[in-house]
Amino acid sequence: MNRIHYLFNTKQDRVLSIYFTAGFPKLEDTIPVMEAIQAGGSDIIEIGIPYSDPIADGPTIQDSNMIALENGMSMKMLFDQLKGFRAKIHMPVVLMGYLNPIMQFGMEEFCKKCKEVGVDGLIVPDLPMQQYLDEYKSLFDSYGLVNTFLISPQTSEKRIREIDQNTDGFIYMVSSHSITGAKAEISADQVAYFERVKAMNLKNPRLIGFGISDAQTFSTASKYSNGAIIGSAFIKKIKDAQDLSKDIQSYLRAVKA
Amino acid sequence: MIRVDEKGFYGKFGGAYIPEMLHPNIEELRENYESIVASQEFQLEFQTLLRDFVGRPTPLYFANRLSEQYGAKIYLKREDLCHTGAHKVNNTVGQILLAKRLGKKRIIAETGAGQHGVATATVCALMGMDCTVYMGELDIQRQRPNVERMRILGAKVVPATSGSKTLKDATNEAMRAWINNPVDTHYIIGSVVGPHPYPEMVARFQSVISEEIKWQLMQKEGRENPDAVIACVGGGSNAAGAFYHYYNTPEVRLIAAEAAGLGINSGKSAATTALGTPGILHGSKTILMQTEDGQVVEPHSISAGLDYPGIGPVHAHLFDIGRAEFVAVEDEDAMKAGILLSRTEGIIPAIETAHAIHALNMIEYGKDDVIVINLSGRGDKDLETYIKWGGY
Repeated sequence: MNRIHYLFNTKQDRVLSIYFTAGFPKLEDTIPVMEAIQAGGSDIIEIGIPYSDPIADGPTIQDSNMIALENGMSMKMLFDQLKGFRAKIHMPVVLMGYLNPIMQFGMEEFCKKCKEVGVDGLIVPDLPMQQYLDEYKSLFDSYGLVNTFLISPQTSEKRIREIDQNTDGFIYMVSSHSITGAKAEISADQVAYFERVKAMNLKNPRLIGFGISDAQTFSTASKYSNGAIIGSAFIKKIKDAQDLSKDIQSYLRAVKA
Repeated sequence: MIRVDEKGFYGKFGGAYIPEMLHPNIEELRENYESIVASQEFQLEFQTLLRDFVGRPTPLYFANRLSEQYGAKIYLKREDLCHTGAHKVNNTVGQILLAKRLGKKRIIAETGAGQHGVATATVCALMGMDCTVYMGELDIQRQRPNVERMRILGAKVVPATSGSKTLKDATNEAMRAWINNPVDTHYIIGSVVGPHPYPEMVARFQSVISEEIKWQLMQKEGRENPDAVIACVGGGSNAAGAFYHYYNTPEVRLIAAEAAGLGINSGKSAATTALGTPGILHGSKTILMQTEDGQVVEPHSISAGLDYPGIGPVHAHLFDIGRAEFVAVEDEDAMKAGILLSRTEGIIPAIETAHAIHALNMIEYGKDDVIVINLSGRGDKDLETYIKWGGY
């Protein structure tokens, strides 16, 4: 069974997913950061594949992408680094990346490598659903990769239902009209949107992302969904970390407290 | 046939590769724009503004001395005489009318040389709409007159500070701004780039250029079709407009001048078809300059308007099927061509357009051939670059 399915079969509440950029802050930090995320008690690891033009991301993740690229991170290097990670990491691992670098690597080759190293799922924000269904779904399925779609407050009910129909992992609920890292408290409008989607009784679990940064926002988001995703706030923590492993673990414990 | 298909593709290129957060905006546009643009009411307002505000039709001018020098019949389509100084305003007039009908209150735009920013700020002033223009920090420095024009017109100019600090990065910032403001904001994209339906829509608003060339050439030469049309290509909106009614007329050669910068192999170039490969940028599949790993390569051109690592999907398709010929013009040659046009015809062209003028040296033609060069913009905004270059 895919680890994502297993996770949601056994845990429905307060699922925490942590995003970080591969090769950041230093090129060789990818695996140490994953180990620290696991040790800190997160439930899912989301590894960002650095890209020169990440249009859905805010300045924090964008900067981390640029630094990772300057460090020399590439798709080939990422898969080299990920070789054998399953000896240490048992939790679900999702790769998040924009379509262009994946296309250049070759979609089939990419899926094959994901399976080889032990990746469970993908998030490709600029891959349109129709394109996915027409061109890539059978490929993802054949390599056992679960594809996650995003929804936003503007996504219509009809489209949310289509998205729910066409995935079997989890749905990534973008919390507001925003790129990543937009910092705000959770507003009444957002809560209304969370409740509206909750009431739709979707078959897939939902994780709320964008703007989640601490114990309070994580708890609020978890009230209306199965859990939440932290990205920019985590990137800031590891950028400033004195002791990468210790700082990650204490941050995650604080978020879950 | 060169028409966009129902999924937004020209052959292998096009589509709408966008994050979900933009999906509702793009869908709203896709579902409504054709019927709005086709309506009589829209057309009446659009055509009236093109005539009375933009100053259309622009002349098709027979360039006597340039023709003598090159030994062909060279006509210049004077888009530089449009209000605001470039073809860009054709599109912004169309899109602002569309935005109004979609009930939008705010406009955002990206700009390279600033001509699209000025054209957007202008139509926003005309319609009383709030306007924010994203512009690369480097372009802000090299196109100062246009930055000030935008500000005088009431627009807010926001610097894009990432990457090469040019058009690509301004486009990224504008897309992010749109993600952050999806409900009341329309994004006026200035070139034939971006997710479907933008490339098709912008090309359609610019198609007035080739529509006019046809009847103007008939009046002057007794024929609708020139032997060749030459236009510069960054994203490619002026070229798309100049080529539009000739896509399916194979006897008309379509020649696109790209910016080779310091030389195709110098590492400082924006010659997309020479250096690029298929990929996805700013929401569409096209040809773009990128590393093997799919990272977009920073372009270089002396012309801020051509300093873009991709081309519109329609141009990628024209290149792919061999319908258009692409030439790559270096900075120095473009500057010299700009001076040549200034001295032979009394027209200082935008440096973008100067690339198209130099293309005359790179193609073969007969002495009786009729060649139309789309004079996409005037050079006022580039005076500082001309002065800094100094070779005149």
